[in-house]
Amino acid sequence: MNICEQCGYYLKISSSDRIELSVDPGTWDPMDDGMVSLDPIEFHSEEEPYKDRIDSYQKKTGLTEAVQTGTGQLNGIPVAIGVMDFQFMGGSMGSVVGEKITRLIEYATNKLLPLILVCASGGARMQEGSLSLMQMAKISSALYDYQSNKKLFYVSILTSPTTGGVTASFGMLGDIIIAEPNAYIAFAGKRVIEQTLNKTVPEGSQAAEYLFHKGLFDPIVPRNLLKGVLSELFQLHAFFPFNKN
Amino acid sequence: MADDTGLDFSDQIEALENKYQQALKDLYIRLTPIQRLTIARHPNRPTVLDHILNITEKWVELHGDRAGYDDPAIVTGIGSMNGKSYMFIGQQKGRNTKENIFRNFAMPTPHGYRKALRMMKYADHHGFPIITFVDTPGAFADLKSEELGQGEAIAQNLRTMFGLKVPIVTVVTGEGGSGGALAIACANKLFMLENSAFYVASPEACAAILWKSSQQAPKAAEKLKITAQEHYRLKIADGIIPEPLGGAHSDPVWTSQQIKLAITQAMEELTKMDTEELLRHRMLKFRSLGGFQEGVPVDPQKNAT
Repeated sequence: MNICEQCGYYLKISSSDRIELSVDPGTWDPMDDGMVSLDPIEFHSEEEPYKDRIDSYQKKTGLTEAVQTGTGQLNGIPVAIGVMDFQFMGGSMGSVVGEKITRLIEYATNKLLPLILVCASGGARMQEGSLSLMQMAKISSALYDYQSNKKLFYVSILTSPTTGGVTASFGMLGDIIIAEPNAYIAFAGKRVIEQTLNKTVPEGSQAAEYLFHKGLFDPIVPRNLLKGVLSELFQLHAFFPFNKN
Repeated sequence: MADDTGLDFSDQIEALENKYQQALKDLYIRLTPIQRLTIARHPNRPTVLDHILNITEKWVELHGDRAGYDDPAIVTGIGSMNGKSYMFIGQQKGRNTKENIFRNFAMPTPHGYRKALRMMKYADHHGFPIITFVDTPGAFADLKSEELGQGEAIAQNLRTMFGLKVPIVTVVTGEGGSGGALAIACANKLFMLENSAFYVASPEACAAILWKSSQQAPKAAEKLKITAQEHYRLKIADGIIPEPLGGAHSDPVWTSQQIKLAITQAMEELTKMDTEELLRHRMLKFRSLGGFQEGVPVDPQKNAT
């Protein structure tokens, strides 16, 4: 669970561990796991070409990109699920993350599956310029079809940290938005605010608990209860396990 | 003067003037990205309201998000062009420091985006095509906006825009700062003025993050591919609207007319589509954006974890 037994602090959790935690054993079926970035705007800084940077993150994490998408069962309920990984370049969203999430939503739309997206991201990926920004629109467009046309059910889970372009698109668009305890959630991060206003940001003013009181999320759910809460929510929305019915 | 002195320099003067004009042209053809951004941010650059007043015959500004505030950083209203009514939405910069403080330098709060959203729904309800003008350094980054759900406000606009049953045309008139710009820019057609810019992070912020110094902004502006020309190449922009020599502020009225021309042509094309086609057109514009490849065998060493 990656929770400190002494103090209850939530350590970051890799996307693979998160999938293991949420999806029933033996049911995970990944999608588009061979998709890699093309370096579409040829972003080379002198120190390190963007492609080399991706290479080194691939070696470090064993992942091809900052999100894993696929289908599986959650307490027997078939779901489409996407999990971001903060260890891969700060979970930043470029063309690949945008395309994989869009395809996942389109798949869930066609198969009438409930959708879970677990967010962990520093925002849009600078190294792909405006194309990263446009992924926000692309994903929101797919969600429009999924949520408004097909009236299906999407739960977004905000883990620490969820910021920038991810917050300002699919992060805050869940039919139900769940935050993890003490997660750092923001549109503009602490440094950005401090730079713009020349004022220090008080500790905890961008923590899930504080923002919860401002009405930004539905429940805050501890990690060990999350799977149970999700399966209850799905059943309340008439998505039932395979074996029953 | 020639009559008094018997000396006639008019030929030389004319030659010099031609040379000056040529030099000016050469200069403006070869502008670097950061120079274009400087023009896009020029204090005399025509603002959104300037363009609206230049191209509409009638104009009524509408106000407020009906939830506590009328954000002056976003202006909205109904105007007529060639006798047809349109909904106009845009970020408004000030023409001087005092106005800029009032307009919050065109950085909208969530109230501003919710006001824009209210107007989009209004336009959808009454069947007014929507014209949006983008000119913002970005959404306002302060704690109050965070608490009010800046991210949520932008996200709602993005999703809602893909369901509006009226044509949407966006013109980037100045700078398009990241999510705060995109929140009113999910259009069927997106045009950029010749010297406008669009970016995921401002070159100053990008340089500060990647190279720990905002002095490197010119380099970042180049790497980030912020210009209209690059956006046209990436198929994010559908067209580039010309500016007069020296930038839009050297002839605002002419610039506005070019904007009007581009909008009118685009609207003519879009109003021919039925609702389903129109929504599909908007979705497909963004669906194809991105650069990735598939089916490339991944180095097995990388997967050995």
